[in-house]
Amino acid sequence: MSQLTLVQAVQDALRCALDADNRVILLGEDVGRNGGVFRATEGLQERFGADRVVDTPLSESGILGASVGLAANGMRPVPEIQFLGFIYPGFQQVVAHIARMRWRSQGHYGLPMVVRAPFGGRIRAPELHSESTEAYFIHTPGLTVVAPSNPYDAKGLLLASIEFPDPVIFLEPMRIYRAFRTEVPEAYYTVPLGKAELVKVGEDVTVVTWGTLVRETLEVVHQLERDKGWSIELLDLRTLSPWDEEAVFNSVHKTGRVVVVQEATLQLGLAAEIAARVGEECLLDLEAPVTRVASWDVPPPLFQLEDWHAPTAQRIVNGIERVMIY
Amino acid sequence: MIGLDIEKISESVQASLEDLYYQMWLVRLFDEKVDEMFAKGMIHGTTHLCVGEEATAIGGCAVLQEKDKITSTHRGHGHSIGKGADVNRMMAELMGRETGYCKGKGGSMHIADLVKGNLGANGIVGGGIPIAVGSALTSKMMNTGYVTLCFFGDGAANEGSFHESLNLASIWDLPVVFLCENNQYGMSGSVKEMFHIENIADRAVAYGFPGYVIDGNNIIEVMKAVYDAVERARRGEGPTLIEAKTYRWKGHSKSDGRKYRTREEEETWKKKDPIAYFGRLLVESDRSTQEKLDQLKNKAKLEIESAVEFALKSPKPSLDSLEEDVYA
Repeated sequence: MSQLTLVQAVQDALRCALDADNRVILLGEDVGRNGGVFRATEGLQERFGADRVVDTPLSESGILGASVGLAANGMRPVPEIQFLGFIYPGFQQVVAHIARMRWRSQGHYGLPMVVRAPFGGRIRAPELHSESTEAYFIHTPGLTVVAPSNPYDAKGLLLASIEFPDPVIFLEPMRIYRAFRTEVPEAYYTVPLGKAELVKVGEDVTVVTWGTLVRETLEVVHQLERDKGWSIELLDLRTLSPWDEEAVFNSVHKTGRVVVVQEATLQLGLAAEIAARVGEECLLDLEAPVTRVASWDVPPPLFQLEDWHAPTAQRIVNGIERVMIY
Repeated sequence: MIGLDIEKISESVQASLEDLYYQMWLVRLFDEKVDEMFAKGMIHGTTHLCVGEEATAIGGCAVLQEKDKITSTHRGHGHSIGKGADVNRMMAELMGRETGYCKGKGGSMHIADLVKGNLGANGIVGGGIPIAVGSALTSKMMNTGYVTLCFFGDGAANEGSFHESLNLASIWDLPVVFLCENNQYGMSGSVKEMFHIENIADRAVAYGFPGYVIDGNNIIEVMKAVYDAVERARRGEGPTLIEAKTYRWKGHSKSDGRKYRTREEEETWKKKDPIAYFGRLLVESDRSTQEKLDQLKNKAKLEIESAVEFALKSPKPSLDSLEEDVYA
């Protein structure tokens, strides 16, 4: 066991995957000699060679499209897109080909590949470097979307994603790449896809979130429990598509109140889908309308206003208070 | 193809050669100031500096007319200054102030000034190339007579948008000049590894229009090549691809430790400093004196300092402005 940051855990997972399976290759802009824009692939080209950790030109469509061909022929490509906002030039490969190949071949073959991309904002970078647009991918049938919130899960979920027979969009919360460390086993292990984690048990209200905001929300939860005496349950979805309906519904059956916190903008985000499904499946449990806490429906602004765009601790507090005193 | 006819060039350019020298310093000192303020935590967000690439930005824009347009890149401070941007408003934008070009909500990669014909910097590599094609198509359809100068880097030449755009410009004979600032690196990716051809300009053959390689650190050569291409475009003869070989002195962005290249290589290129070269040329050809050039540099320095003061005095954007300008 060692204490790793989230970005080190990603790096460690990639090392394990490259070690365990010679079909795994990494490709992307600056992933080799430079070790990636966030250093998630640091040292891997030295260790595994330039044939398996491949520096590519600036060609997002080419990187993703080539990964389709690699995966279709039995390789296990793990392309890196430097920031989620840089996936847009290659978006058609993701939604038109990567997501649909199993369906298009009517189950004849699938694409075992993992597209890694840092996502989320508040690192003082401008728009296109601060995107929380996971909903595009969640909306697309055929994709599995994963977003870890801590180093342990990052490694286990990434290895599970690389093992998975279908394409995974693996979103890494860049704001907490180096924010804290947790115990991460050196050995190969997986964390199951599609399973939420019950971060904290509670009785009065269910708070659902993922990625960067899990840790920040937990702090708010602890503070509210101290200040108000409420008992708050916190769920970390970990897999955003398919998300763990069972875990959410079971919690809502118990608490009758739900707040979904997301860094994505409000309209048609994952929180909206969760609210709709909770309405369909848990209506008679509900003591208050499902509440969403999200970024405002504007593109990510520059640093002076950035912290007001994303959900602040105060807005999370307000959201929880709203359902508690409804 | 290029004779360094300084006489002829100075006739084709509205600004004086001394003024261009001043503008080159304005670009360099702007970016060096940004670098310094970044280190002090006065500017946040990523930013891309064009120190060492002043000749392409200033030379390229110098031969344009007021009505002509440019599209820029993520490394666009020089292009903005070349097309007449106000450094006060640029600095205010980088520092996130309400008086900035994007009201302090956009930053380094979003400065645009349609009044001056600058269609904007772009956070996506290769993002500006198709925009230049649309701009040129407008010019042709509406018969406005303006030419669009499209700045992009070596990295962008490997994006799909490059191919689609150059083909469109070619089949429609558009009044556009594609100016590739080959600064040798797309982040850590060297052109030696990311291309299997010696010159990016050679790709022009595939689109059926001329391509030229020039010394991007020689502003006279830049002006001559872009001037000829702009005139050709204005005559309705279609696009040109110009590859200006230059060098990015600083790292790609603030997080770049430059471990993909040697310090010796950097020093070799710094000896080809485009500003020093132009200064020598002006003095040796009796078009200026060292004393005058020093004054111009100093004037640029004062202007940048006053831009910082302007920005610091400007208000930060209000919370209410967060939801403005998403829709008309």
